[in-house]
Amino acid sequence: MTTTVIEVRTSPQLHAGTSVDLIMRNVVYALLPICAYAVWLFGISALALIATSTAACVLIEHVFCRLSGKPSSIGDFSVVITGVLLGLVLPPGFPLWMAIVGAFIAVGPGKMLFGGLGFNAFNPALVGRAFLQAAFPVAISSYTPALAVHRFTEWIPSSLTWPLIKAPPLAAWIAKVRVDAFTGATPLMLQKFEHVSTDGWALFLGLRAGSAGETPALLILLCGAYLIARKMMDWRIPAAMLSSAFLFGGFFHLANPALYPTPWFVLFSGGLMLGAMFMATDPVASPVTPLGMYFYGVLMGLITVLIRFLGGLAEGVMYAILLGNALSPLIDKFTQPRPYGASKKVRVTT
Amino acid sequence: MALGVLENIVGKRLWRGVHVPEYKDQTCHLPIRRLPFAPLLVVPLSQHAGAPAVPTVREGQEVVRGEPIAEPGGFVSVPMHAPATGRVERIALAPTARGDLSRAIYIRPYASASQEVLYGAPQDISQMTPQEIVRAVQATGVVGLGGAAFPTHVKLQVPEGKKIDTVVVNGCECEPYLTSDHRVMLEYPAPVLHGARVAMKAVGAPRAIVGVEDNKMDAVEALRQANGAATDIEIQPVAAKYPQGAEKMLIKVLLNREIPSGGLPSDVGVGVFNVATLAQIGELLPRHQGLIERVVTISGPAVSKPGNYLIALGTPLRWALEQAGCTDQAASVILGGPMMGASISSFDVPVTKGVTGILVFTNQQRNGRIFPCIHCAACVNICPMHLNPSQLGMLARKERYAEMAKEYHLNDCFECGCCSYVCPSHIPLVQYFRIAKQMNRKVKAAIA
Repeated sequence: MTTTVIEVRTSPQLHAGTSVDLIMRNVVYALLPICAYAVWLFGISALALIATSTAACVLIEHVFCRLSGKPSSIGDFSVVITGVLLGLVLPPGFPLWMAIVGAFIAVGPGKMLFGGLGFNAFNPALVGRAFLQAAFPVAISSYTPALAVHRFTEWIPSSLTWPLIKAPPLAAWIAKVRVDAFTGATPLMLQKFEHVSTDGWALFLGLRAGSAGETPALLILLCGAYLIARKMMDWRIPAAMLSSAFLFGGFFHLANPALYPTPWFVLFSGGLMLGAMFMATDPVASPVTPLGMYFYGVLMGLITVLIRFLGGLAEGVMYAILLGNALSPLIDKFTQPRPYGASKKVRVTT
Repeated sequence: MALGVLENIVGKRLWRGVHVPEYKDQTCHLPIRRLPFAPLLVVPLSQHAGAPAVPTVREGQEVVRGEPIAEPGGFVSVPMHAPATGRVERIALAPTARGDLSRAIYIRPYASASQEVLYGAPQDISQMTPQEIVRAVQATGVVGLGGAAFPTHVKLQVPEGKKIDTVVVNGCECEPYLTSDHRVMLEYPAPVLHGARVAMKAVGAPRAIVGVEDNKMDAVEALRQANGAATDIEIQPVAAKYPQGAEKMLIKVLLNREIPSGGLPSDVGVGVFNVATLAQIGELLPRHQGLIERVVTISGPAVSKPGNYLIALGTPLRWALEQAGCTDQAASVILGGPMMGASISSFDVPVTKGVTGILVFTNQQRNGRIFPCIHCAACVNICPMHLNPSQLGMLARKERYAEMAKEYHLNDCFECGCCSYVCPSHIPLVQYFRIAKQMNRKVKAAIA
């Protein structure tokens, strides 16, 4: 007894047992079914794309840490999420070398230059994608049909483009491999530019053209539900974003049903489901206050609908989330919770 | 209104806060046992909030158990009573739980003494005015035994212009491991209720509500049985959740009243007293005796004979832990509960009036690696005071302490530890906030 050495510790002595790497690892697990579905839908090109962007992101973060003389932070698994998500939001036939460029932008300027995990102002994967959208506008809007024949044995021709070389046009190849009813245009493009609507079940199950991992709305919902059930994701952000897109989309549809699609189409097309579930919820770049989370979600849903219906682009989820990310600190500032015992008037600090 | 309807369905409960594993099974069914007297008792003169007591004995003097040995050093102060019959060995410095030294009376109990409490005389409380009750309670030396150790008589003195309509009796004991209040309610329900009626009389409140967490339904039953058909005291079970035992939380749960920031329960017409405090008042006041011992839970993963022990005040922890037995894995000793209790640096620290528990932990309770804050909002979601610990933590890292207090209500934080408990990045948020408050106090003192 007299020789026992005791340590002075700070309270609380107990801990809930969660940790950042555990949460991040579970997000990766939740993304795996979506990856598998993408590979089933688009074949080996999608597999190579996701694997390349993930490997590139991990490697780049490791190198950045080494260069700045810090211990490598790849063990927290956050960069794996960035890599997987980047692969999932690119067209399945996206040239791999361009994906590596995107990975560099995502992890370098998008994350490590801000200070690494916890300090990035934007979702890194979307920073990478936004850069690719600006740098390679043709490649990033070259979608290929789902369930193409020979997709497990044959590459989409654009995948293996040499670095610094333009991707070959895909029209001839698409005509050769497409199965009936599957086209290379995404439902949003069809709707916006050709006024062709897509079957609801195809949307719900994801049997359609689109970015590698954005199509299976139902599966994405289930994977998100897993994280919500494990309390590793905040349900308020996707709930607010999806319901806001549904409501604002509904207003447009009621105003002019001929021009604007139904709110259900808004919900299950494009990257809204993946974006709302896995990108808008990136905790680092989203608000922390309860009220702020609702506001942030509603804002992103609104911007998505505005870009889709009134803007020049077919899809607006990426810009909506990036804009939401940019506004997060401001949203936090103006939605500070009213502390217990404070006067009923909400105090806005300047 | 909506909350009222909801309450009818789900019962009274705390909406924020966390569910912490309770670890109460080890001790909650064990009756209170008396610990033998230590060979040397160390009675600090400052075991309570407020001015230290002033010794009224000399070195070498013989004292009888229960005899006053120090008088209050002011109104916000209490007297000390001899915890054992013996000889005052010296009046000198002794280590405290906070890590510094403070003056204490060292008493060496006589091995052959009967240790009977011969002091005291019966007094009739029903004939006393509230003023007399306040003075009589001060003479018992009773302070808040729930941990705060704030002199109880000061709380019984209703401030000028305030009116108290309800006495809240705090039987929540929401801290894990601790079961001393639970045992007191089970074994001494009548003194608890008697003490509650004394408090009601002193503050002029017509009713009292005893809030007990629903993991102690046997205690609720015992209290209800002791209360019989009386209607002035209501025993109200509340859904167990930490930190419901914090007075601000309990008042909100039971009465849906919020104490204004920086205010006291009396600002919303409430007086809050812990069950152990009231049990001591109920026992001591009718006999005009002083507080000389208290029930302490000794538990934790490194204790071999956990239990609830009636321990003489001034018993060094070394002695208490030798009696309860410590395993080789002992790595840290906590006074109080695991969420808010203080880690001590010496086994020579004595048991004082505010010690609710002595917990011994192993190395398994240490937190993992610290990650950067990922803004997951877990802390914001559970903070019972509705603060923004995430933002406060970031400001603390940048040492922007003044801003924390001014813009983000740092001083409303009562350090319950929920934010540190849930933080997946293992950031010691509460410790940051303690440092920030300390720094702000220093700056304020330097300016004044």
